[in-house]
Amino acid sequence: MTAFLVRRAIQAAVVLLVMSFVIYGLIGLMPGDPIDIMIASDPKLTPADAARLKALYGLDLPIWERYVNWLSSAVGGDFGYSRTHNRPVLEIMGPHLLRTLILMGISFALSVAIAIPLGVWAAARPYSFRDYSVNLFSFAGRSVPPFWLALLLIFVFAVWLGWFPAGGMETVGDGSLADRGWYMVLPIVTLTLLNISGFTRYVRAETITTMRQDYIRTARAKGVSSRGVLTRHALRNALIPVVTIIALDFGTVFSGALITETVFAYPGMGKLIFDAVMTNDYNLALIGLLFATLVTLVANLGADLAYVGLDPRIKLQ
Amino acid sequence: MSVAAAGRNEMRRLRVRRFMRHRLAVASGIVLLILVAAALAAPLVERLMGVDIRDVDLGHILKGPSLAHPLGTDELGRDMLVKLLYGGRISLLVALAAALVSAVIGTLIGLFAGYYRGRLDAFLMRFTDGVISLPILPLLIVLAAIDLRKVGLPQSLVQSEDISLYRIIFIIGLVGWTGVARLVRGATLSMKEREFVRAAQALGARNRRVMFVHILPNIVSPIIVATTLSVGGIILFESTLSFLGLGIQPPIPSWGNMLSNSQEQMTTAPQLMIWPGVMIFITVIAFNFLGDGLQDALDPRAISD
Repeated sequence: MTAFLVRRAIQAAVVLLVMSFVIYGLIGLMPGDPIDIMIASDPKLTPADAARLKALYGLDLPIWERYVNWLSSAVGGDFGYSRTHNRPVLEIMGPHLLRTLILMGISFALSVAIAIPLGVWAAARPYSFRDYSVNLFSFAGRSVPPFWLALLLIFVFAVWLGWFPAGGMETVGDGSLADRGWYMVLPIVTLTLLNISGFTRYVRAETITTMRQDYIRTARAKGVSSRGVLTRHALRNALIPVVTIIALDFGTVFSGALITETVFAYPGMGKLIFDAVMTNDYNLALIGLLFATLVTLVANLGADLAYVGLDPRIKLQ
Repeated sequence: MSVAAAGRNEMRRLRVRRFMRHRLAVASGIVLLILVAAALAAPLVERLMGVDIRDVDLGHILKGPSLAHPLGTDELGRDMLVKLLYGGRISLLVALAAALVSAVIGTLIGLFAGYYRGRLDAFLMRFTDGVISLPILPLLIVLAAIDLRKVGLPQSLVQSEDISLYRIIFIIGLVGWTGVARLVRGATLSMKEREFVRAAQALGARNRRVMFVHILPNIVSPIIVATTLSVGGIILFESTLSFLGLGIQPPIPSWGNMLSNSQEQMTTAPQLMIWPGVMIFITVIAFNFLGDGLQDALDPRAISD
């Protein structure tokens, strides 16, 4: 068990390292560089000054050396400054990450709480009317552009009905817990609707597969009620693959969160990364992307653990 | 319930299911054909309606539906219907091209992994799993923001109007191949053990020949199914990036970038927001139904949901 965890953690660390180099390289290819931006903002800077500045900041070095320099200071805990916020990157990252985790956590819990009963309910009578309705809903959820769903919800519930705010995080001057919760309703609904469709599909497919197993027939034969078969025998076994698929889907959930946050102007990680890329805030974009990757890797590791918890037969080596 | 009755019941369910599947898939195919025809007919419709999509008409901006403009006009007074048709051209073209790119990448990776097995297989599949689990959208955003001059592309190409099309086809193809790769690998694994492949190997055919001449033609159906299933997701990626201002750049219209400014105009001109979204939704769901139906028809052994 410990050996397995250590091995997976090492694998995750390797992926993170590879990704850090890839992302570092990509960010370096974004338009301009910090010195170009300085030149643009200060016309008195001569080309000689610019060259000296580049040498001073090590920007004239080959990419490998620059990466190693960056990595060694990053490992030492120095993630650099954000150009647009004028503050250390980590200081900005913390609250944004927390807000995203709250948004994702709530909608994730809601999606699972709705998708499991919905999928099982559909699977209990495969190819019936209700099954088709659930299926249709699931197809629709996977086919709707996420940003458009957000726009539609804003249009109906904020513009038309006026029940909820159209975006932002809190009313200026209020900011109480209830007020913030009010602002989160529409983003959470958007993200939940997006997640449910995929999750329901997995739950339904796995439950139907499980229902064909011999032990289900045995359970029926010994007189267990339909409900008992479904919840105690089928669901428990169907959940094992479902947990894995859902956790592997974490990257998709994060992508959904980025769109939701951007449309609703909710200051989370997704919007932070998007804004950082759009304003050429290299350090912030770099660390933001790495954190997003890290969170995804941790979620995948969590899936392995949940897998063991649900299936006592699995022994990890 | 007797065994016979249960059997009949099961058969009936099976037929209902097949019928529903195929009816939806067939209907989706027809819808897609109509969409393609409409997109191709865009210049014709433009001429018939007597409007010009490049014409800015500031006297008639953000108008609601009328006889002259059945779906209203946009923020520069251009006809929404004609713009939607032109947008559909671009969105469909980009989606199909990106699907083709990702199908080629996915097929190559799946073929090599499935044929050579061993370390190469382990590496390629680990890599595929890695790509699947990554937060793709933030990465696409960075890829879309890259300054192409720094990559060393010629100035003339970078500044051409169509560069945003090539760029988006390329970057979506770069991340969209995972589903195809997995399916092709599975199909290759089972083909590899068949007699005709063994026979070809025994006759001394080179690996490359066995892969591309003997195996590839026999796994065309799963490739078609996987590619069709990937088109929906690709359209969603394209429209999302274009919506965020990182995909297809105006003045080239796409359904995604038509929605970019709609959020500000939501109260005054909801038609800007409704129609492009409806078009994306219909197209994506049609591709998903079609892929699902094809999977049932071409690959009946696959456990479908």
